[in-house]
Amino acid sequence: MSVDTHAHTNGNGHAHDHGDRGHGGHELPFWKKYIFSVDHKVIGIQYTVTALVFLLFGFCLMMLMRWQLAYPGQPAPALIAKLIGENAMPGGVMAPEFYNQLGAMHGTIMVFLGVVPLAVGGFGNFVMPLQIGAPDMAFPRLNLASYWIFLPGCILMMCGFFVQGGAAQSGWTSYPPLSDIATTGQTVWLLAMVLIITSSLLGSINFIVTIVQMRAKGLTFWRLPFFVHAQLVTSFLLLLAFPPLEAASVLQLMDRVAGTSFFLPSGLVISGEQLKVAGGGSPLLWQHLFWFLAHPEVYVLILPALGIVTEVMANNTRKPIWGYRLLVYSVIFLGFMSFVVWAHHMFMTGMGTTMSTFFQTTTMIISIPSVVIVTCLIMSLYGGNIRFTTPMLFATAFLPMFAIGGLTGLPLGLTASDIYLHDTFYVIGHFHYVVAPGTLFALFAGVYYWYPKATGRQMNPTLGKLHFWCSFVAINFVFMPMFFQGMAGLSRRLYDPTVYMHGRGVQPLNVVISMGAWALGASQIFFIINFFMSLKTGEKVLENPWNATTLEWAAPSPPGHGNFLTEPVVYREPYEYSVPGHATDYSPQFVAEGN
Amino acid sequence: MSVHSEIEAQQHEAHESPEEFKKHLRSYYVVFVALLCLTAITVGVAELKLERPVAITVALIIASIKAGLVASVFMHLLSEKKVIIAVLALTVAFFALVMILPSVTVYEHHRVITGMGP
Amino acid sequence: MSDTVIPYMVKPHPVTGIPNGKFAIWLFLASEVMLFGALFSSYVLIRTGAPHWPPEGGLSSEILDVPKATFNTAVLITSSITMVLAWASCKMKNLPKFKMWMAITIALSFVFLVVKYFEYAHKFELGHTPAHDNFYAIYFTMTGLHGVHIIGGIIVNFYLLTFGSKLWKTDPEHFTNRVENAGLYWHFVDLVWIFLFPSLYLL
Repeated sequence: MSVDTHAHTNGNGHAHDHGDRGHGGHELPFWKKYIFSVDHKVIGIQYTVTALVFLLFGFCLMMLMRWQLAYPGQPAPALIAKLIGENAMPGGVMAPEFYNQLGAMHGTIMVFLGVVPLAVGGFGNFVMPLQIGAPDMAFPRLNLASYWIFLPGCILMMCGFFVQGGAAQSGWTSYPPLSDIATTGQTVWLLAMVLIITSSLLGSINFIVTIVQMRAKGLTFWRLPFFVHAQLVTSFLLLLAFPPLEAASVLQLMDRVAGTSFFLPSGLVISGEQLKVAGGGSPLLWQHLFWFLAHPEVYVLILPALGIVTEVMANNTRKPIWGYRLLVYSVIFLGFMSFVVWAHHMFMTGMGTTMSTFFQTTTMIISIPSVVIVTCLIMSLYGGNIRFTTPMLFATAFLPMFAIGGLTGLPLGLTASDIYLHDTFYVIGHFHYVVAPGTLFALFAGVYYWYPKATGRQMNPTLGKLHFWCSFVAINFVFMPMFFQGMAGLSRRLYDPTVYMHGRGVQPLNVVISMGAWALGASQIFFIINFFMSLKTGEKVLENPWNATTLEWAAPSPPGHGNFLTEPVVYREPYEYSVPGHATDYSPQFVAEGN
Repeated sequence: MSVHSEIEAQQHEAHESPEEFKKHLRSYYVVFVALLCLTAITVGVAELKLERPVAITVALIIASIKAGLVASVFMHLLSEKKVIIAVLALTVAFFALVMILPSVTVYEHHRVITGMGP
Repeated sequence: MSDTVIPYMVKPHPVTGIPNGKFAIWLFLASEVMLFGALFSSYVLIRTGAPHWPPEGGLSSEILDVPKATFNTAVLITSSITMVLAWASCKMKNLPKFKMWMAITIALSFVFLVVKYFEYAHKFELGHTPAHDNFYAIYFTMTGLHGVHIIGGIIVNFYLLTFGSKLWKTDPEHFTNRVENAGLYWHFVDLVWIFLFPSLYLL
């Protein structure tokens, strides 16, 4: 955006001729400004919008699956069946292959095309450089490249639905040998993953360099907002955990395209016929390489969310975060430990007792910093003068939801209980509590919190609160019953949950869950309306509508190219709210003493 | 002020005069010759057809020495800044994890299933 | 495209002591360490799980072409030192010498690829494709990925030798930094080969 744009969106007292930090006075052509922009804010918004679209799409896949689970074998409403087509839903009844595609693609889309791009690509790109007082990312063109490698990856992933045999259907984990012998969709999945991984790698390099090298004057390590710390640790996870999955994807591609047998054991028999390959490979190898990424990936999903919640909470409790340094140490420890726990996903592979003891121990250890973080955030609420704004509602709800998700994970980290619960709906309930009402709620909080910064307008609070309460109630109807189904032994991968006797008892719960999921889908309409309507009709704001303390609120709303009108200088720690003796209840980082 | 003088000091360090710089060149040639010799040695040792465990140990030691020479002299790790060393130390730790844990776990898995080594 | 001034693009940061580009290239190499680490780990896992290695019997050194690979090792080592000399020439403000050493580096990388091509072609003639057994699968995957890295290096070096060297006139220090970063990448590619050579060909 040019200087002229924010000249009329904010009526603050800053003189615009102070904009000596490289403000481009000239107009860029449309395609340079919004499509191939090197501006971190535009790229951040591109990531955000792309990710939100994919989150909605991934959720739609799930709502389809819920029909089959609630009413197995019954034809879907005519309109939907017609929309999907005769191939996937012959006579309106979902084909098993299509059901498998929906499951695999839902997981892949939500994790790799939805939550991570939103949390890291979206918020990280938009907010982090502003919070550290940088004019842009360290490598703006590399940033542009990240997005333009990511987007083709997403499109390629979608192309999977249109190839022979449909999209990937071996689960988001793509376990071989099943994935090695699957239809073409799996190859498309792998190629798309290579692109998405490459994009993440470039992005994480950019993030680390930016955070380390480009902080404003006075912004020391212990003055960084917690969100920036979270992004830094996240970037290291992406940097060091993603390459093994890239290697694994290359190996699986070789298996599928060049006929190698990295993951195919000798003597594999499929449909009564021995597979004609050299053999000698190890399916477990894939699981190791995959989970070497995918466990740290869990923390890639959760750490930026924790960062957002911390920002929103400090702002809305009007008091400093309790145990800020403790939070930072915990998040670093969490990041480090996340590399040493992965095989707890593999207890059922017949692991020996020595190694399973090792991984159980590390899993129990990693729960400690998570509990420390939640405790710090709960302590931050204590004695606060809480404003229940829309972002705060989402951030507060995050705490119990994340706690339920985390605590229900403990039985899965111990072999004795995991043997029973493994691969049941209990697991689905557990990690969805962490990622859906956990991370996603935090991301919604972030959207409501930073929307004024990105657009210069507030989102409508009434619609926001409707969105929150409807989602909050619906989402618990979706995931809470899954724990009971799981404990009844219902497997998570069944096309028809009533095929086994033990599934029939909990079948009514499936109807409840599906109703909840559809209600949750309907609740998002409030958000979609709010998101677009507020662009035009939202209340106009100045640069600091929330009376916040961190650096992003020193820039105009929306910030122009180059971000700040004058070079920001940081004078204090990030969350100086309600300082005794101070005239206002907030002391921004960027305002010198006495102002 | 102090920041400025620091930058200048570093620039000075980076801008050694060409004569001073020539001294470094010698070390590059020495490492080059050492690398060629070590390559010859590792091929020579392979010709001896030693026992596998011995051969693997010797070859990996030689390769590590060569890699160490390249990293420390050609890539200047000997005189590199702390932040890079820290990143590499972290990487080495995770590299060790990805090298060791999968094989160890699968080895134990085989042992459990077959009742003996793989 | 952007008129935003990014600090520490050329000059080192006062605290970390390095410019942005050098930090970035080391982070990239860190991720590369993990990429090849995972492949080596897979190699170890598959090899230790096999009753015989190579599965078809015999020794790796009898199956693969050791003389060609030894020659290639020497070529890569030489290209590493010519790369250092190219950077040193920049440091000593000698652009023509830089161009000479850089051209030699690129020529040597092509020599490496040509030798590799003959090696691959011979294997394919014998019907030893990646699908033959896991020994060849590992061999082709790892050397192939390494070869892709060589090609990447050639592209970067070629750019620095030709279009990229225009920067020398306006900002020689920035150009020298770029050469150094390209060099770091190139040495890393050499370093990977130093491990690939004995573990695939000799053991």
